[in-house]
Amino acid sequence: MSATLITTAGSGFDVEKLRNDFPALHQDVHGKPLVYLDNAASGQKPLAVIEAIDHYYRHDHANVHRGVHTLGERATAAYEGAREKMRIFLNARDVNEIVFVRGLTEAVNLVANTFGRERFGPDKTVLLTRMEHHSNIIPWQLVCAQTGGGLKVAPINDRGELIVEEFEKLLTPDVALVAMVHVSNAIGTINPVRECIALAHARGIPILVDGAQAAPHMPVDVQDLDCDFYCVAGHKMFGPTGIGVLYGKAEHLENMPPWQGGGEMIRRVTFDSSDYAAPPARFEAGTPNIAGAVGLGATVDYLQSVGMSSIAAYEQELLTYATEILSGVEGVRLVGTAQDKAAVISFVVDGVHPHDLGTVLDRQAGVAIRAGHHCCMPLMEFFGVPATARASFAFYNTRDEVDVLASAVANARKIFN
Amino acid sequence: MDLYDLYQEVIVDHNRSPRNFGKPEGYNRIAEGFNPLCGDRLTLYLRVDDTGTIEDIAFEGEGCAISVASASLMTECLKGQPVSKAEALFGSFHKLVTGGESEPGVDLGKLAALAGVREFPSRVKCATLCWHALKSALNEK
Repeated sequence: MSATLITTAGSGFDVEKLRNDFPALHQDVHGKPLVYLDNAASGQKPLAVIEAIDHYYRHDHANVHRGVHTLGERATAAYEGAREKMRIFLNARDVNEIVFVRGLTEAVNLVANTFGRERFGPDKTVLLTRMEHHSNIIPWQLVCAQTGGGLKVAPINDRGELIVEEFEKLLTPDVALVAMVHVSNAIGTINPVRECIALAHARGIPILVDGAQAAPHMPVDVQDLDCDFYCVAGHKMFGPTGIGVLYGKAEHLENMPPWQGGGEMIRRVTFDSSDYAAPPARFEAGTPNIAGAVGLGATVDYLQSVGMSSIAAYEQELLTYATEILSGVEGVRLVGTAQDKAAVISFVVDGVHPHDLGTVLDRQAGVAIRAGHHCCMPLMEFFGVPATARASFAFYNTRDEVDVLASAVANARKIFN
Repeated sequence: MDLYDLYQEVIVDHNRSPRNFGKPEGYNRIAEGFNPLCGDRLTLYLRVDDTGTIEDIAFEGEGCAISVASASLMTECLKGQPVSKAEALFGSFHKLVTGGESEPGVDLGKLAALAGVREFPSRVKCATLCWHALKSALNEK
């Protein structure tokens, strides 16, 4: 196999050159070159991000929004600079619409416990889709258990696509909020979120979008989508762990009560009562993950230098190739075959449990995939499988790696059949 | 550590054709084992007589080769044995797959085929799922 295969998407997309930006990709696992296909779980980090965090800790670290000294000012500038970068990345109208959180899970919990809690009640529901990740199910369940009300679930078809007509029928007056995933982590389906948002808004229903799998792989424009909330996980977009972003429309954030209390989120404190800071500080109690935000800012710079449209185009080419090659392996059945799909391939192999496949691919071929229910148990139940194997791609993956995966899957079948 | 130390012939065989698979008649103990991390799920059925002998033992469910083979081997090894032996084997088996010292005087027999699991830390739970189910079935009165 050619190690210098160059695949182009549009002009100048040089995957081999981009791979050099990711130190972790260049290692052997069990004697084989690592083939990292677990990007939906977490992305690898470009050197620019690692160096930005290193530089921050070596030179600029102090607490933010406090010190009048030089390091405090530098840290604050770096932290707030990262917020502005995220604003541009998501095309939010105002930088104060960008709240730094721990990750997607915290973003959803924040909205559920503030915006949600104020709207829920015994006669109210939250409308989800069948393909939600547990992180966009459990926070709503927890709040509903306290406020009353419950969840409604929009169905999907056998290809794993949302049935939009059914979704629309479920938008009845009891729905306090819609919470739906932009791109399914488990099967790759790209939901028609823009259309869903318009349908919800036509009935005055606000909508939160889980963008964890969309932001790393395609351009996202929250103004164009017109969503009320958009949630992003830093580590999935090749940034650090422990940092994420909640985008919320200013009109919502300004009217939301605080969630966690502490320093940073107040205006004036007495033992009788306190006034809370304006967003986003209101939702960032305590010393934030400053280094994480700095790393995320560097990630955004990096992704924009590559170009999100180029990334999306390249990954679509890779998906087409991988779908064709993997479908051709005897005994392989793809789970989730949506027409509009991101570069995620969930599959089962006749006679080989996904968990065993994961171990064999790792030990025999250095291929890292995910095996399991992908935190989407209701979706797995729909497809009638307890688990699948999942290969999820990023812009640094190559056709050669797809070939390695396919031949490793074929070899695994020989062990068990 | 070779992959074939994990997927030995006996493991592959017990996965392909699990012994004592299905829901037996007249069981008087039952327990479920579930691994939320990977979705492996099994139900264990036992018939224990008044003298504390495991007269019958069987399982059903779905899981990876390690968990299915482990359950199959466990049932084969415990059928007709006293409950006290099952309890002793639990401890020895756990040490076998987690890399602890082996216990003198306990013959694990065919269960020793699962020793390779100790080199695959993420798979230990698969091998012990059925044993944890066994423990809760035996503790249930």
